[in-house]
Amino acid sequence: MSARDLFPILPVLLVLAVLPFLGLSGSLLNLLIFMMIVALAAQGWNVLGGYGGLASFGHAAFFGTGAYAAAILQTRYGVNAWAALVAGVVLGSLVGAFIGLLTFRSGLKGSYFALITLAFAEVLRIIANSSEITGGGAGIVVPIDYGFENLQLRDRRFFVLLAVICVGVGLVITRWLDRSKFGAYLIAIRENEDAARALGVNVMNVKLGAITLSAALTALAGVLYTQNFLFLDANVAYGPWISIEALFAAIVGGLGTMFGPLIGAVVLLGAGEITKEFSGGIPGFDLLVFGVILIITVAFAPNGLAGISLKSFRRKTRGHTARSSRDGGADA
Amino acid sequence: MLEIDRLSKRFSGLVAVDDVSLRVEHGSITGLIGPNGAGKTTLFAMSAGFVPVDAGNVRFEGATVTSMPPHERTRLGMVRTFQIVQPFAGLSVRENIAVGAYLRTPDRADALAEAETVGNRLGLGPMLDFAASSLTVAGRKRLELARALATRPRLLLLDEVLAGLNPTEIRDILPVIRSIRDDGVTIFMIEHIMQAVMNLCETVYVLNEGKLIAEGAPAIVCGERPVIEAYLGQGAAARLRAEGGQPHA
Repeated sequence: MSARDLFPILPVLLVLAVLPFLGLSGSLLNLLIFMMIVALAAQGWNVLGGYGGLASFGHAAFFGTGAYAAAILQTRYGVNAWAALVAGVVLGSLVGAFIGLLTFRSGLKGSYFALITLAFAEVLRIIANSSEITGGGAGIVVPIDYGFENLQLRDRRFFVLLAVICVGVGLVITRWLDRSKFGAYLIAIRENEDAARALGVNVMNVKLGAITLSAALTALAGVLYTQNFLFLDANVAYGPWISIEALFAAIVGGLGTMFGPLIGAVVLLGAGEITKEFSGGIPGFDLLVFGVILIITVAFAPNGLAGISLKSFRRKTRGHTARSSRDGGADA
Repeated sequence: MLEIDRLSKRFSGLVAVDDVSLRVEHGSITGLIGPNGAGKTTLFAMSAGFVPVDAGNVRFEGATVTSMPPHERTRLGMVRTFQIVQPFAGLSVRENIAVGAYLRTPDRADALAEAETVGNRLGLGPMLDFAASSLTVAGRKRLELARALATRPRLLLLDEVLAGLNPTEIRDILPVIRSIRDDGVTIFMIEHIMQAVMNLCETVYVLNEGKLIAEGAPAIVCGERPVIEAYLGQGAAARLRAEGGQPHA
């Protein structure tokens, strides 16, 4: 991957980084932070589900592990917040590797894999809800102590910036998948596992790498959640909501595309917020909108919102495809 | 090059491959023929590591690879293709071939360049940027070959690469296979189309009901009584003999 490969990422990050400093209201800043957290979780989901074709219903397992690790290490063991962030990501990816080791060894794919991941997340939720170290049903409160060294930013705008940087990391990792041997192998496994194996791909290792990377990104989203809301309970950390939003955002935005999860998160949460405004706060109405958006996307844009733009772009430049992909431009 | 030593495989009661031994000589094109259900594909799958063996040994260039996983065998230099072509449908032809090329290089530019070279050689040049799913059957067969070649094998296991092709397409692809061998790649192929077997192979092995029933030069093997009986049934074979005509397979 060369520096040139990163060019498309820069303008997007720049816009996102400037946005909070344009005088947005506090609630819009909060929405933006939440969008970035969900986008990050969805980027994690996209690595495994979009590139690897292994759709998980249980990314909450990684999100929650990251979130709890950050909260518990800080409140119970007095660990510095930045160190807790690293620990959260590492622990989250270990959970990913563990689940991967169990499921891939037994060759689970498709709906079986989805159900097993859902089960893992639910087991973790139940354990977290009843064990002492997580604060049980009452949850954990991280005491407010503003300061950069504590990863608590009083100025919401800077928290947006932090979250945008994390999303930037996700974008770079996704770009790397488009441009690397590992990514090519992962896509090959998604398309046809036996053929990949025949061509010398160590299927088990590549899948394990993918779930570990996927879990790491989603765990990072969990850590950000903890640092932003400073409160956590089992239903937030390990609840199905984040598994669903991560996969919704990735699917609506475009599976296996670089910007898909980000676009999906912004569109879904944006639409949810708008309907909340207009529906007068009927509970669950935004979820209804999510569902409608998902159905429309799957029916009319099976490659997601990012796929629409890509397709129309391709149509326009059909005459040049031969040349552009010689430069390495074909990244479907 | 490849030595198969008393290989057996049983699928719950059905003996698919029964105590088969054979050798593929370095630099040869060796054929494996036999009626449907004879166990050819199972023998291939065991050779490439896709199906575990019940008994026997597989040796590649003197090294025992019997229980080695397929991807490691490919790294050693033996690669298989599939009877039912298995393209990476969502990828372009070039990217398909590049997956094979990545085995020998971690670099994307190198892998894509190698893919282009191999693709051109197999006559896929104009199709390199098409989606693999848009190829015709003949195109897919060539893609299957190209991907395997991109791994730089020394032994190529071809499982019915000609099946489903029309006579013109077969005529076009035969020289390609021969030129692959001329570049130093040993070829072991399952094939139903006798014209191709006669044309390409120096040695053929005939498998029937899991057992090896004949081996030798194709022209001789095809005249052997057990081979004719395996293909035509004993009745038809006897009638042919009675009519005095030397059966021509």
